[in-house]
Amino acid sequence: MSWLDTFQSAAGNDGQQSALVSELFAIFLAVTALFFVAVMIFLIWAILRRRRGEGESREPALRRLLVGWVGLISLTLAGLTLATWLYDRGLARAAATPALEIEVTANQWWWDVRYADDDANWIFRTANELHLPAGVPAHITLRSNDVIHSFWVPNLAGKQDMIPGREADISIRPLRRGVYRAQCAEFCGLQHARMALDVTVESPADFIAWRAAALKPAAAPVGGSAQAGQAIVTGRQCASCHSIAGTPASGQVAPDLTHFASRRTIAAGTLPMSRANIAAWIADPQAVKPGNNMPKVPLTPAELAAVTAYLETLK
Amino acid sequence: MSAVMSPRDLPRDGPELTGEALHARLEKTWSRPPGLWGWLSTTDHKEIGRRYIVTAFVFLLLGGALALLIRAQLATPESGLIGPDRYNQIFTMHGTTMMFLFAVPVMEAMAIYLIPLMLGTRNISFPRLNAFSYFMYLAGGILLWVAFVLNIGPDAGWFSYVPLAGPEFSPGKRVDIWAQMVTFTEVAALAVAVEITATILKQRAPGMNLARMPLFAWAMLVVSLMVIFSMPSVALTSGMLLSDRLIGTQFFNSFEYGDPLLWQHLFWFFGHPEVYIIFLPATGFVSEIVQTFSRRPIIGYSAVVLALVGTGLLAFGLWVHHMFATGLPRMGYAFYTAASMAVSVPAGIQIFCWIATMWDGRPRFQTPLLWVVGFIFTFVIGGLTGVMLASVPLDLQLHDTFFVVAHFHYVLIGGAVFPLLGAITYWFPKFTGRMMSEGVGKLSFWIGFVGFQIAFFPMHLLGILGMPRRVYTYPAGLGWETLNLVSSIGAFLFALGLAIFIGNALASLRRGREAGPDPWGASGLEWAAASPPAPYNFAHIPLVSSRNPLWENDGVLPVVHGLRVDDREGLLTTVIDARPDMREPSPEPSLWPLVAALATTVMFVSSIFTPWAVLVGSIPVAAALIAWFWPKESTVTPEPVID
Amino acid sequence: MREPQFTADLAELPTHGFGHRALTWWGVVAFFLIEGTAFLLAIAAYFYLLNQEQLWPPPPYPPPDLLAGTLFTILILLSEIPNTAAKRAAEHGDLRTLRRMFIAVSAICLVLMVLRGFEFNSLNVLWTDNAYGSIVWALLFLHTTHFLTDWVDTLVLTALMHTKHGVEPRRFVDCAENAMYWRFVWLSWLPIYVLIYWLPRLVS
Repeated sequence: MSWLDTFQSAAGNDGQQSALVSELFAIFLAVTALFFVAVMIFLIWAILRRRRGEGESREPALRRLLVGWVGLISLTLAGLTLATWLYDRGLARAAATPALEIEVTANQWWWDVRYADDDANWIFRTANELHLPAGVPAHITLRSNDVIHSFWVPNLAGKQDMIPGREADISIRPLRRGVYRAQCAEFCGLQHARMALDVTVESPADFIAWRAAALKPAAAPVGGSAQAGQAIVTGRQCASCHSIAGTPASGQVAPDLTHFASRRTIAAGTLPMSRANIAAWIADPQAVKPGNNMPKVPLTPAELAAVTAYLETLK
Repeated sequence: MSAVMSPRDLPRDGPELTGEALHARLEKTWSRPPGLWGWLSTTDHKEIGRRYIVTAFVFLLLGGALALLIRAQLATPESGLIGPDRYNQIFTMHGTTMMFLFAVPVMEAMAIYLIPLMLGTRNISFPRLNAFSYFMYLAGGILLWVAFVLNIGPDAGWFSYVPLAGPEFSPGKRVDIWAQMVTFTEVAALAVAVEITATILKQRAPGMNLARMPLFAWAMLVVSLMVIFSMPSVALTSGMLLSDRLIGTQFFNSFEYGDPLLWQHLFWFFGHPEVYIIFLPATGFVSEIVQTFSRRPIIGYSAVVLALVGTGLLAFGLWVHHMFATGLPRMGYAFYTAASMAVSVPAGIQIFCWIATMWDGRPRFQTPLLWVVGFIFTFVIGGLTGVMLASVPLDLQLHDTFFVVAHFHYVLIGGAVFPLLGAITYWFPKFTGRMMSEGVGKLSFWIGFVGFQIAFFPMHLLGILGMPRRVYTYPAGLGWETLNLVSSIGAFLFALGLAIFIGNALASLRRGREAGPDPWGASGLEWAAASPPAPYNFAHIPLVSSRNPLWENDGVLPVVHGLRVDDREGLLTTVIDARPDMREPSPEPSLWPLVAALATTVMFVSSIFTPWAVLVGSIPVAAALIAWFWPKESTVTPEPVID
Repeated sequence: MREPQFTADLAELPTHGFGHRALTWWGVVAFFLIEGTAFLLAIAAYFYLLNQEQLWPPPPYPPPDLLAGTLFTILILLSEIPNTAAKRAAEHGDLRTLRRMFIAVSAICLVLMVLRGFEFNSLNVLWTDNAYGSIVWALLFLHTTHFLTDWVDTLVLTALMHTKHGVEPRRFVDCAENAMYWRFVWLSWLPIYVLIYWLPRLVS
C-alpha cells in the first residue's frame, strides 16, 4: 500500500531484513484476520439466531466443537511459531558476510557514527547521519554512553537496544536507494523525541564518493567572516567538545562537525539545515532543544554571524 | 466461665431466632460505631470495597485526564501545548496511575466487595488487614499525585528503566517517589491477595466445593496467587532501585559489576503477570454476566477453570517478550515466542465458552451484556495483535511503537475496562439498592465503544509507520498527522462515553429504580442477600448444592444455623469440599489499622529523605501492629470450652 | 418473607483448631509464599550477577569470614529444639512449658542478634563497593528483617502468654503459628548462608 510506503515506515521494505519481516507480517495478518472473522461470525450468529423454545440445548455438540476449536488454535499457533523460527533463520542468513563495518554510539540525544576499517586511513567520524551503499550488507556495532537507547531504521530492519556496558550489533542490507529517517526507539529522557538519524542509501559509486569527501579534513574557510568564525569556534568553548578535522578543535564528547553543513538536519533531526537554523541553534541551543548538553555560548551578533558563516562552509 | 454451660445456652440463629428478631440482633452486633470514628475504624468488607472502588475510579478519571492531555499534545505535529519535561511526567503518571492505582486496585476492590457475598460468608478474612490495605493504597496514590502537582512527578516511565531512572540520570526525588509509591501499592495488593485467598479457601458456604465455586471466585483465586508470586519481584527491584539511588548500592551500575538488564528481568517478571492480574478478574465478570443474561449456566465450566489456571501459569513464562530487542540469546527467544503464543489457547477457550453460552441460551441485550459483546470484539483484536508481537521478527519492528500502544489498550481497556463497566452496571443494584438507567447505559456504551475504536485503531497504523512511543512531539511530513488527529478526536469521544457512564452512576444513586435482592434473575449467592446487603450479609449461612444455587430448588436456599449472634461470628469450611469445620470470630472495628498505615506512611515517605527512617520509623509501626493484634477485653460471654 | 429451610445446626462446632484448619494458618502460609518468593528472586539476582562476572567475589575483595556466620547457623539450628517444644506445648495447651520455651527462644535470639552484628562486620565488602557487595548485604539485610520480625513476635507472645489472655485456646494457635514462622526463618537462612559464605569460595 503506497500510503504506508513513507521514509520512516516498517512497511517500506527498503532493506532485505524489513522485506522479510513484511512477508512474515503478511502471513500473520492473513491468519489472524481469518480467526477474527470466524469469532465474529460465531458471535453474530449467537446474537441473531432464532430460538425455538425453552429447554432445547445443544450443549454436547458445543462441547465437541470446543475440542475442535482448541485443536485448531493449537495447530495454527504451532504453524505461526514455525514460521517465526524459519524467518528468524532467514534473517540471520541475510546478516552473514558483512562488507562494511560501522560503529554507532548513542548519547543523550544524538548519534555518534564511526566508519571502521582495518586501515586507519579509512576511519572517520560523523554524527546523526548514516550513509549505506545499496545491496551491500553492513554490520553495525551498537553502544551507548549513558542510558538505554534503541537503534531502529524501520525501512531497513528491526530494532536493537543499545545498553550501557554492553555491546550489541545489527546487520542491515539495504536494497532501495533513498533517504530514510530513523529515530531512537527506547525512551531515553527529556529529548527522546528529538533523537533522529538520517540514513542515506545510495549507489555504491555515490557511497564511495561520499566516503572520500567524508575522509577529507574540513576545507580552510575563505572570506573574512568565515575565518573569524573559525577563530571563535576553535578558540572558544566549542572546541572542547566538538572536533573538526584539520583544525585544532578536537573535543570528543559532542557531534563531529567536520562536514556539518553537508547533513540534512541540525541537532539530530531537530531543525532542517539552513543558515537561519544554524544561527538559531548556536544563539540558544536550550531554547531549541531544552535539556540537551550544549550550553549557550555568549556571542555578540557579529560573532554569531561569523560562526554561522564558518559552519556553513563545513560541507 | 462455667463448665456446665453448654454452647447452646448462648444466643444463636436458628428456628428459634429468625426473621425480624434475628435481623435486629445481628444488626446490633455487626454494625460499626456511627460517625467519623466508625467510618475510619470499619472492618466491613463492603464498606472498604466501596471505598476502594470509588477511589480507583477517581484515579481512573485523573489518569484519563492525563491521557487527554497526551492526545491533545499529539493531535498536531510540533505542538507547543506541553513541554518535554511536563509531558514525560504526564505519560509516566498516566501509566503508573492506570496500572498501580486504577487497574489492579479496582479489580481487587470488586473482589473485596463481591467475594464474601458470592461465597455466602459474613465478612472477608482478616478484615483489619483489609482496612490497612485501603489506607496504604490511598496514601501511595496521594503521595504520587501530590508530587505531580508540585512538579516533582516521576518522569522515567511507568517501567523506570535504569540507568535512566538511576541516580546519575534522574537526580532529585522524582523516581524515589515513583519507587516508594510502588511499595505502597505492593503492600496493599499483597494484603488483599492474602485475604482473598484465605476467604476463598476457608470461608465458602457449606456445600460449595471447589467445583461449585463461581467463576469470578476461581478467577480471583488464580489472580491472588499470581499477585503473591509476582509482586515480590517488583517490591524487591524497586527496593534495589531506591537503594542504588539513596544509599549508593551498585545493583544496576554496569561499571561496578551491576547490570541494567537485571532491572528489566525483575520488573517484567512482575510486569507481565500484572497484565493477567488485571485481565483475569475481568474474565470472571464476563463469565458471571454471560450466564445471567443468557439465562443458562455457562457451557464448559471446567474448561474455563482450566483456562484460568493455565493463563496464570503461562503468565510467568512470558516476561522476556518485553525484552526481545535487548539482544538476549536468540535460541531462548523461540521458547518465549511459543509460550507467548500459547496464552491464546486459554483465551480462545474462554471466548468460545462465552459465545457458546450466549448461542445456546436466550440472551437479553441489556447494558452489561452489551459491554461483554464490545469486550469480545475488542479483546479478540488485541489478542491477535498480541500473537503478532509474540513473533520475534515482528516484535523487533513493532516494539516500542504505537502499534504496541494500540495492542495493550485493546487488551487492557477492551479486555478489562469494558467488562469492568459491564460489571459495575451489573452489580450496581447490589452495591446501592438501585438500578442504573438502561437507556443512558446503552448510550454510554455506544459512544464509549465507537470512541475507543476511533482512538486506538489508528495507532496500529502509526506504529507500522514508525512512530515510536513516549515522544512528546513529532515532525510534520511523516504521514502521521491525520492518524494522530483522528485518534485524538476518538479519545475525547471515548472520554465522553466514560463521563456519561459515571454521570449515569451518580444520578442513579438517587434516582435509580429500586432493585430488590435479585433484579436480573441471577443465580449466584450474592443475589440472595439484600440490596444493599446488611452489615452481616446473610442472616443464616446458605447451604449450596450446585453451581447456580438460586436457579435450583425453586429459588429457595437451604441454610445452616447455630452461629452466635451476640458476637461477630462466621463459619470456616474445609478447603476442597467446604464441609463446616469451625466457627470463627470476626474482628471488631478498630482504629489501629489506620494508625499502623499512618506510621508506615511516615516511615516510607521519610525513607526517601534519609535511610535512618527505616530503622527509627519501624518502631512506631511495630507498636501499632502490636496494639492491633493485642486481644481486647471481651464484653461478650466467652465461649465455653468444649473438649 | 419466606421461612428459611433449616438444615444442619453448627452450634457444636469448635472455635479454634490447629494447622490448616485455622484461618490464620492460611494467612501465615500466604506470607511464607510472598517472602519465600522474595528470597528466591533475591537469590536469582545473586546468580544473575555472578553469571556476568569472571571472578567472584570481584577482586580485591576476599570472601566473607566464616566464623560469625557459621556460629549463627549452628545456633539457629539448635534453636529449633526449644521451638519444637514450644509448638508441641501450644498444641497440647501446656502453658507452663510454652512460656519457658518461648523465653528460651527469645534468649537465643538475643545471642543470634549479636552474632548477626558480627556477620555484617565480616563480609569484607561494603554495599557501596560493587554489585557483589550490594547483593550480599541485601540478602543478609532481608534475612535480618525476617529474623527481627519473628523475634519481636515471639517476645510479644511471651508477654501475652503471661497475662490472663494466655488461657484462651486461640492464643495457643497463635503460638503454634509463631513457631511455624520461626522454622521459615531458619530454613530460609540455610541457602542464604551457603550463598554468602561458601559460594564465593567454591566458584573462585
